[in-house]
Amino acid sequence: MQNRLINWFKFSSPATFYPLAGRLAPIFRVLAIVLIGIGLYMSFFVAPVDYKQGDGYRIIFIHVPASWMSMFIYLVMAGWSAIGLIFNTRLSAMMAQALAPTGAMFAFVSLWTGSFWGKPMWGTWWVWDARITSELILLFLYLGYMALVGATDDRRRADRAGAILLLVGVVNVPIIYFSVKWWNTLHQGATIRMNGQTSMDETMLLTMLIMALGFWAYSIAAAMVRIRAIILEREAGAIWVRELIGERA
Amino acid sequence: MLEALFWIVRRDVTIALRRRTDVFTTLIFFLIVVSLFPLGIGPELDTLRLIAPGVVWVGALLASMLALEQLFLADHRDGTLEQMLLAPQPLPVLVISKVIAHWLITGLPLVIMAPVLGLQYDLSAEALTVMVGSLLLGTPTLSLLGAIGAALTLGLRSGGVLVALLVLPLYIPVLIFGAGAVEATTSGLGGGAHLSMLGAILLAALLGTPLATAAALRVASE
Repeated sequence: MQNRLINWFKFSSPATFYPLAGRLAPIFRVLAIVLIGIGLYMSFFVAPVDYKQGDGYRIIFIHVPASWMSMFIYLVMAGWSAIGLIFNTRLSAMMAQALAPTGAMFAFVSLWTGSFWGKPMWGTWWVWDARITSELILLFLYLGYMALVGATDDRRRADRAGAILLLVGVVNVPIIYFSVKWWNTLHQGATIRMNGQTSMDETMLLTMLIMALGFWAYSIAAAMVRIRAIILEREAGAIWVRELIGERA
Repeated sequence: MLEALFWIVRRDVTIALRRRTDVFTTLIFFLIVVSLFPLGIGPELDTLRLIAPGVVWVGALLASMLALEQLFLADHRDGTLEQMLLAPQPLPVLVISKVIAHWLITGLPLVIMAPVLGLQYDLSAEALTVMVGSLLLGTPTLSLLGAIGAALTLGLRSGGVLVALLVLPLYIPVLIFGAGAVEATTSGLGGGAHLSMLGAILLAALLGTPLATAAALRVASE
């Protein structure tokens, strides 16, 4: 009977996860290339021209999935942090740290493409819109997390301090979002409405979803590659790493 | 338990009053920052009246952040903090008492000083009252949230700058509602809703942040 039970913690050990990450990374890398390739083709050649915004709207296919991923990755990091604090697993914190740069990159890409989109559509690079402002604050939260983990020399302390910060951040994100939203409506009224689209063409939606899945696969692939580096760096003294290096040498 | 809370507050305030320069540094920083804005923007009272709530609030935010590094540092260095971790009283309660003392030393002087600075910006008496009210409700939240950052960065190399990076994004809601209350009053809307939100945030912070700070302190002194 004992053998039939699933061992949920099998891959929570860096030694068993390292080869798994090595197998997963190429799969998701290929998946990402294929999906983003199809998504880009569809966004340039298949999706119809918007009747109001012309071809300029096509940046949405990068902008929106990047925004989704930046928010989603923060939640995933917070989830791993909670698991790490509850079960005291080392790998969870490494997972959060492996995801952080990708999340920060997506937040930046989201702001950058939004800015490129805003210039032709609204005539300005930057608007203090509630969503843009919250996205900017999200980027600050990512940077704060990475700065804290980077500044703490003691690895165990860095893991747990980072986890606490992420959990505090995740509680704060909705509060920040609603306060910014309220502040925005009080300040400048509805000058620009980003949610003006009443309905979306089906091909457009499909393209966006394919791009989002592609970004998702990319995030996993990048995180797997990064976590392998983190594991090797941290476990440099462990016997299994020495054996691994011995095999190769 | 309450006795311990009272004694820690009393101890911290006594120590601070014996080293008064520390208290005054924060206050003078606040004064200087707020006075810099008219020099940078120009002396037109119409403009100044408009930006006054934001400037005073951002000044208060930075000043209270500046003092954060000292919150646990002295206790960490001389071992008092370890004794607090070992004490039979629950750590979050001790954290609250540290925060109360910190607010009495750095937050309350800012609140008292703010109307004088508001006068420089030609704010009406009504707006000044609301400003004091919003600072009275908001600055304790700043101290509570800041304590998390102070505990997380305790004893790190670049502690001071890092605290700013961690804590400032979390301060944003307080800033929005704090400055918003004053602005709503001057524009005739009434700042009641903003003040209620500030009160709600304070209560939520009072419940949640001591737990996070306590957890961070335990991590920091492992």
